[in-house]
Amino acid sequence: MSNQAENLTTQMVSGQEPKTNNEKPVHALVLTGFGINCEEELAAAYRLAGGVATIVHFNEVLSGQTSIHDYDVLNFPGGFSFGDDLGSGVVMANKVRFRKLPSGRTLLEEIGAFIQAGGYVVGICNGFQMLVKMGLLPDFAGQQEREVTLTHNASGRYEDRWVRLAVNPNNRSPFLKGLTSLEVPVRHGEGRLVIRDEAIRSRILAEGLNCLTYCDSTGCETAEYPLNPNGAELNCAGLTDTTGHVFGLMPHPEAFLSLYNHPDWARRKRLDPAASEEGDGLKLFRNIVEHIRQTRATQPTEAAANQVSL
Amino acid sequence: MSNTASHTIQLIPRPGQHDGEGARVAEAARRHLHLLTGAVQTSAVYTVRYPLTAEQLESFAARCLQDPLLNDAALDQWAVAPAFKSYILVAKGPGVTDDEGTSAQNALQDFLGLDLDIRTQHIFSKRLYLLENELPEVDLRHLAEELLGNKLINRFVVGHTAQGIRDFTPQPGGGADSTTHTIRLENLTDAELLQLSKENVYALNLEEMQAIRDYYYSKETQISRAEAGLTPDPTDCELEILAQTWSEHCKHKEFAAVIRYRNAVTGEEKEVDGLFKTYIKGATSEVDRLLRANGNDWLIKVFSDNAGAVRINKDSLFVWKVETHNSPSAIDPYGGAITGILGNNRDPLATGIGGARLLFNTNVLCFGPPNWAGPLLTGQLHPRRVFEGVRKGIEDGGNKSGVPTVNGAIVFDERYRGKPLVYCGTGAVLPMQLDGKDAWEKIIDAGDRIIMAGGRVGKDGIHGATFSSIELDEAAPATAVQIGSPITQKLAMDFLLLATRRGLIKCSTDNGAGGLSSSVGELAGISNGATVELERVPLKYPGLRPWEIFLSESQERFTLVVEPAKLAELHALAAEMEVELSDIGHFTDNGRLDVTFDGQPVASLALEFLHEGVPRKVLDAEWQLPTLHEPKLPASLDATDLLLKLLGALNICSREAVIRQYDHEVKGRTVVKPLMGRTGQAPQDAAVVQFNFESWEGVAVSNGILPRYGDIDPYQMSAGAFDEAVRQIISVGGKLPNLTPGDGIFWSVNDNFCVPDSVYDPVTNPDGKQKLAALVQLCEALRDMCVAYHIPLTSGKDSMKNDFKADGQKISVPPTVLYSMTALMPDVRRAVTSDFKAPGDVVYLLGDTYDELGGSELYHLFGELGQHVPHVRPEEAKDLYQKVGEAHEQNLILSCHDLSDGGLAVAVAESLFGDDQLGAELTLAGELPTLTELFSESHSRFVATVAPEDVVAFEALMNGRATRLGIVTDGGRLVIRHQEKVVVDAATTELREAWSNGPVNRVMAGEELTLQA
Repeated sequence: MSNQAENLTTQMVSGQEPKTNNEKPVHALVLTGFGINCEEELAAAYRLAGGVATIVHFNEVLSGQTSIHDYDVLNFPGGFSFGDDLGSGVVMANKVRFRKLPSGRTLLEEIGAFIQAGGYVVGICNGFQMLVKMGLLPDFAGQQEREVTLTHNASGRYEDRWVRLAVNPNNRSPFLKGLTSLEVPVRHGEGRLVIRDEAIRSRILAEGLNCLTYCDSTGCETAEYPLNPNGAELNCAGLTDTTGHVFGLMPHPEAFLSLYNHPDWARRKRLDPAASEEGDGLKLFRNIVEHIRQTRATQPTEAAANQVSL
Repeated sequence: MSNTASHTIQLIPRPGQHDGEGARVAEAARRHLHLLTGAVQTSAVYTVRYPLTAEQLESFAARCLQDPLLNDAALDQWAVAPAFKSYILVAKGPGVTDDEGTSAQNALQDFLGLDLDIRTQHIFSKRLYLLENELPEVDLRHLAEELLGNKLINRFVVGHTAQGIRDFTPQPGGGADSTTHTIRLENLTDAELLQLSKENVYALNLEEMQAIRDYYYSKETQISRAEAGLTPDPTDCELEILAQTWSEHCKHKEFAAVIRYRNAVTGEEKEVDGLFKTYIKGATSEVDRLLRANGNDWLIKVFSDNAGAVRINKDSLFVWKVETHNSPSAIDPYGGAITGILGNNRDPLATGIGGARLLFNTNVLCFGPPNWAGPLLTGQLHPRRVFEGVRKGIEDGGNKSGVPTVNGAIVFDERYRGKPLVYCGTGAVLPMQLDGKDAWEKIIDAGDRIIMAGGRVGKDGIHGATFSSIELDEAAPATAVQIGSPITQKLAMDFLLLATRRGLIKCSTDNGAGGLSSSVGELAGISNGATVELERVPLKYPGLRPWEIFLSESQERFTLVVEPAKLAELHALAAEMEVELSDIGHFTDNGRLDVTFDGQPVASLALEFLHEGVPRKVLDAEWQLPTLHEPKLPASLDATDLLLKLLGALNICSREAVIRQYDHEVKGRTVVKPLMGRTGQAPQDAAVVQFNFESWEGVAVSNGILPRYGDIDPYQMSAGAFDEAVRQIISVGGKLPNLTPGDGIFWSVNDNFCVPDSVYDPVTNPDGKQKLAALVQLCEALRDMCVAYHIPLTSGKDSMKNDFKADGQKISVPPTVLYSMTALMPDVRRAVTSDFKAPGDVVYLLGDTYDELGGSELYHLFGELGQHVPHVRPEEAKDLYQKVGEAHEQNLILSCHDLSDGGLAVAVAESLFGDDQLGAELTLAGELPTLTELFSESHSRFVATVAPEDVVAFEALMNGRATRLGIVTDGGRLVIRHQEKVVVDAATTELREAWSNGPVNRVMAGEELTLQA
């Protein structure tokens, strides 16, 4: 990276993890700029989970100063990129699909290669909207065409409220390993999943790509508002692609890193003074950091391939 | 589509796709306007003025604009299904910010891979509404103006589809207009001077116009102007600069005036040497002395910059600013509120060197009742519309900037129906040092460049500063409206953050009211001069005259001070981050503000006259005792019924539907949110926000505002509002400052006065002396409270002309003051929330209840005001707050809720809203009448719960200041006994539903409320 590039980035290095030669830290690239606004808490999530996160302006990737291939996880955080004009995530997805990097390829093509090489891509809220509008989710056809979309909530309103999610036991994402249910806030106006046709809907169900589902306090899937806050089809809050390497969700796990993020923390602490100070959301990031570490340990060649800069 | 050089893309909902917006428009038209539209279909329309081939247009529409799952595209022709008989096209007026159009330009540039001009408007976004029913054009226009836009901003085209659809696309203005006029003031009569001031919206009074005339035509000025090659008469630009700089908005002339005060009740007479100097600055100086004497030296910067700054720790400062945006919000609620919040964000961003990280927003709003059924004056918007528009503006301003809205209040009173009050607050964190320099300092030397960053300049917001300094009337200028662009500001904000950390910016300020004239004029005071070359200022469209460029309040702009050697690096960073920079001049030390256009002088003013030349006002204030009485309430009132009514009262009921549309937790650091508990519905006293993820330090944020008490006693209203904000912070676990030497517990308070015209005039303002006397008393109380609690004011604002005049009538706001408080929370994990936690916990009333129902919500239920307004007893209050602080320190308090509107009964009920399974069994021991015990709004009180095992320690610590009321139960029922009788008995769910189904949530759900009896 050039001097300038270094200055443009905010690096958050874990203080807890020993860096030995055989254990390079898991490194997350967190994109920002153009109205993305959840980059700080997302970077903090990786740091608290024992990884390293670097916040980079989108244009630094588009200009080729930063290569996504130097990282393990590519993150599209929440926010209001381009003010949700033209539909949430559309203008940013457009940049990814059409802007040419110095390599002559689009960022979307680079992301394809990144996934092929074993990298992980995650989009949260506005980031999920970007991934959907890029055609990366669920992408059965492999053509990056829109098979689902995310649009205005059935309520017609933006809302900030906490929801409970059931984790699909057949899900393919290492982020969700070992989880059955979690609480997280939703903060969006365009989170209603619309699926193109019955064939896509059936495949999503059959292949377990609807990894997260809005549910009631007993863990049962529900379409009832506000438990399902947006009227999403399949009561779906999150999707993966068929490889499990691309994961997107409307709710914000990075907004529940500590117990003190939860609206009911004070009562819970009164009832259980020994309650953990960690939030549900942090588990996802601990999972991915751990998964990548283990993958490296068992498949050293793939980890090495990941380091190659294009 | 007569213009062949342009293309139109229309996106129509695909068959089977739910058109939510269309359904809502149809429903709102039926409910609010009694118009039956039939089905309504909405389409997005983009008019493209770039030269595109047919293939380019088609693929741009298909691949960038259209969502193939949701809509179909029609190109260069209107798609209108035969079922639709009427249409309304909503376009933006010429020069109005069109973010969606700009985003489409961005998309087109990325798609084509070409370098397009995307800084000026070539794609125009519109909306087309197709209505099933054939409505008369007058109804269509009414629907458009009431529900679909604002005629100050939008252009509406309405008609019947059978005749085809007419389009409207703004045309850019004519060619550049470099004309500068001179205006002769010599020998003008007083009447002519005043006429000139009114016609040009100078908002200057006769003495001020005379002072300007006398200055210009003095021998000294005439000689110096002749030597400098300037015209003998002032230029239009010079008069505009003077009018803006001397405006009440910028100069605070009434807070600086000499006031001859007489209290007819006590016979007291005195001369106040400026309210600001005497009471506000005076209070903070006294508090600073008290703090420093005790080793607390955290007060870093007060009153002298865009926001106040206090020290958090050795590495960082907390920056806090609250502003008002009342006049713009009255005429364009959405635009007024969004520019209010974005403009207020720029204050902390551009404090000192600049580049603070924004931490949170607050907003306090005062509206007329949304169910107002009385008449509306010409140009006056219905309170419901003002409410909805302002709420949406706060939503977009905060959410799209990624700043959580953590705290606020909404106050309803009929007197806010002419002019609403919109208070916007922003807290931020600034590093102590930026590139090795003290971040809070503003240093400028001659030769430093003046760089404008952010949005371009148009005619929007011209005269905002002067406009807000006069009463609103039906002829409000359309140009006074600005439209905010959160995305433009977000880009500029991200840029400022990095540029300041790299040491590229010497200091910065925001372009708000008065535009460049104000920002450069003020900064020029530091180096003692500046020269601005206006032809270098980039415009949104041509046709602006030099003075308009200088005065424009186009939003999202910062003025940066940059050393010439740093320019290249700064430009490179800006290019990378897509922020437009313009080098528009430099600072000098010749004592003048010089403005040129293409080398020709446009304005040249001596800074001394500009900043010090305004004549000081002398105003009269006289206090007469208002006629007041205690009402006799009906004898057989049922307290349970009263409690349910109060919970559903406009000023008490749940604001959940508003709160949920604000993102209150982006950044992941909001520890006490507006609503909490198992239900997520228990209202909280103060917000608590963590500064970062590296420590548990944070800040508590509260607001105090009690306008109705001012009708009885302005002093006690102000003191009470101050106490309310203090006790909310104590409630969540904060501690008073300066209790122990060097404890570093900072408090930072902004005072915001919003009062009606308080300058006496026998004809137009006959009660002006009484209003001014009320203002004096508000200030006296403020000073006394600051000194009593050792709490400093760090910044603030006054807004002096909150009146709406039309049709020969005047609607004036009640004198209103808001205290916005922040205080250090050393460990946010020790915060205490308001909701009861567990059965068996013991409930206490902390503090004392007096016979103080004056101004209460209980009396208001009966249309009464009363007389015995709550008094603040600062010594007793301070003693209590110290004890509560100590109890928090020892972790003895499990829940704590301050008592305010509706008194003890409402506070207890709200404490149950976190969990429907909980209830409480309470007995009141007080000797006062039951309704007074339950509903008196005496200050400095809390409802708190304590674990059974801590009761002994707690009571010993409180030493008589805590009254045991009873216990929390698991019975889901609130039972209160007094004098051996059950006086309140209701299910928790019943109480919560009365509160949740109150009028605010119902208005937000689109219900048309009927006027309450």
